[in-house]
Amino acid sequence: MKITTLATALTLWPFFASADVTISDGWARASILASRPAAAYLTLTSNQSDQLVAITTLIAGNVTIHAVETGGDDVSRMVKIDALDLPSGEPVTLAPGSMHLMLMGLSEKLEEGTDLPLILTFASGARMEISVPVLGPGAMGPKE
Amino acid sequence: MSIEPGETPPEARLLRSILWGAVFVAIAGVAIFSALEMYLGNGSKTVRYSGEADIRSEFSLTDHTGQEVTQADYSDRWQLVFFGFTNCPDICPTTLAYMSSVLDLLGDDADQVAPIFITVDPARDTVPVMAEYVSVFHPRLIGLTGTEAQVAEATRNFRAWYKRTEDDSAPDGYFMAHAGHIYLMRPGGEFEAVYQEGGQPPEALAQEIRKKL
Repeated sequence: MKITTLATALTLWPFFASADVTISDGWARASILASRPAAAYLTLTSNQSDQLVAITTLIAGNVTIHAVETGGDDVSRMVKIDALDLPSGEPVTLAPGSMHLMLMGLSEKLEEGTDLPLILTFASGARMEISVPVLGPGAMGPKE
Repeated sequence: MSIEPGETPPEARLLRSILWGAVFVAIAGVAIFSALEMYLGNGSKTVRYSGEADIRSEFSLTDHTGQEVTQADYSDRWQLVFFGFTNCPDICPTTLAYMSSVLDLLGDDADQVAPIFITVDPARDTVPVMAEYVSVFHPRLIGLTGTEAQVAEATRNFRAWYKRTEDDSAPDGYFMAHAGHIYLMRPGGEFEAVYQEGGQPPEALAQEIRKKL
C-alpha cells in the first residue's frame, strides 16, 4: 500500500502525539452537481485502538461514514456508522464499493484538481486536519 | 388494579380460557405461515441468471435529451444497463465509471453497445439532472427517467429490485436501496448476462463483450 504525502500533512496536537494515526490513499471524487452528495475515501492506521467519531469540512453541511451492505440478494444498502473502529496497527480502508465518507449539503461542487480539507476527530480526543486531492468523477482511486 | 380470583364467575373463566386458546392458535398460525413463507418464498427473491423469458429489456421512458424512448430505439445494438440514482454517493458513480472504462476499452466496438443508466429515483432525477449527470461519465452514456409507474415497470421487466429506505443521514431523508447489477442484453432485448463492478476488471468485461458481439 502506498503511503502518500498526506501523512505528513496531518497536524496532531502535540499532547496527543502518542495516539498516532496514519492516513494514506486519501482522495475524493469530483461531484457532478452541488446538490448531490460526494464521496471521499482514505485508509487509516492507528498505533493504538481508537475510533473515528466525527469528520467535518467547511464546504459540506455534514459528513457521515457509510458502509455498503450487500445482502444475499445482491442488493446494496448504505449503513451509517457512528464510530469507525480502528484496531491497533490494523489499516482500515474506505474505498469505492465498500466504505466511504459521504459529504452532504455541499456549498460548492468538488472540482477535480482541487483539495478537500477534512478535520477528523477520534474517540481518544485526537484531532487531525488533512487535505485530500479531488480526482475525476470517473476515478477509482489515487494513481499509483 | 387487581381482581380477586374468588370473585371471577365460572362463565368468565371459561370465556377467558377460550380467548387465550384463540390467541394461542392465532400466534401458532402466524408462526407456521411465516416459516412456510420464508421457506417457500426464498426462491422468488433470488435474481435468476438464466431463463430468457424472465428478464427482458422492455420499457417506455424518457432519455436525458427529453426524447420518449422504448427498448426498440436501441434494438440495433446490445444494451449494457445499470439501475441507480444520482443521490447515490458511492456505488452508482463507481459502477458508471466502471462501465465508462469498459466502453473506452471497447473502442470502435462500442458502436454496437448502448450503455444505459436508468434511475430508480425519478422524482429527483429529472431530465436536466440526468443530462448533466450522464455527460460527466461518458459521451455515449444514455440516462433514462420517467414517471414512477414507468420506472417501476422497467425494473419489473429487468427483475431489478429497488426500495426507498428512509434515512435521516440521507439527502431529503431517503436513499434508494438497489441491486448493483450491470445487465448485458441482446439486440432484441433478451437477457444475455449479468455482471457487477468489482466482479472482474474492466478489461475482462470488455473482452467478454467483444467476444459476444
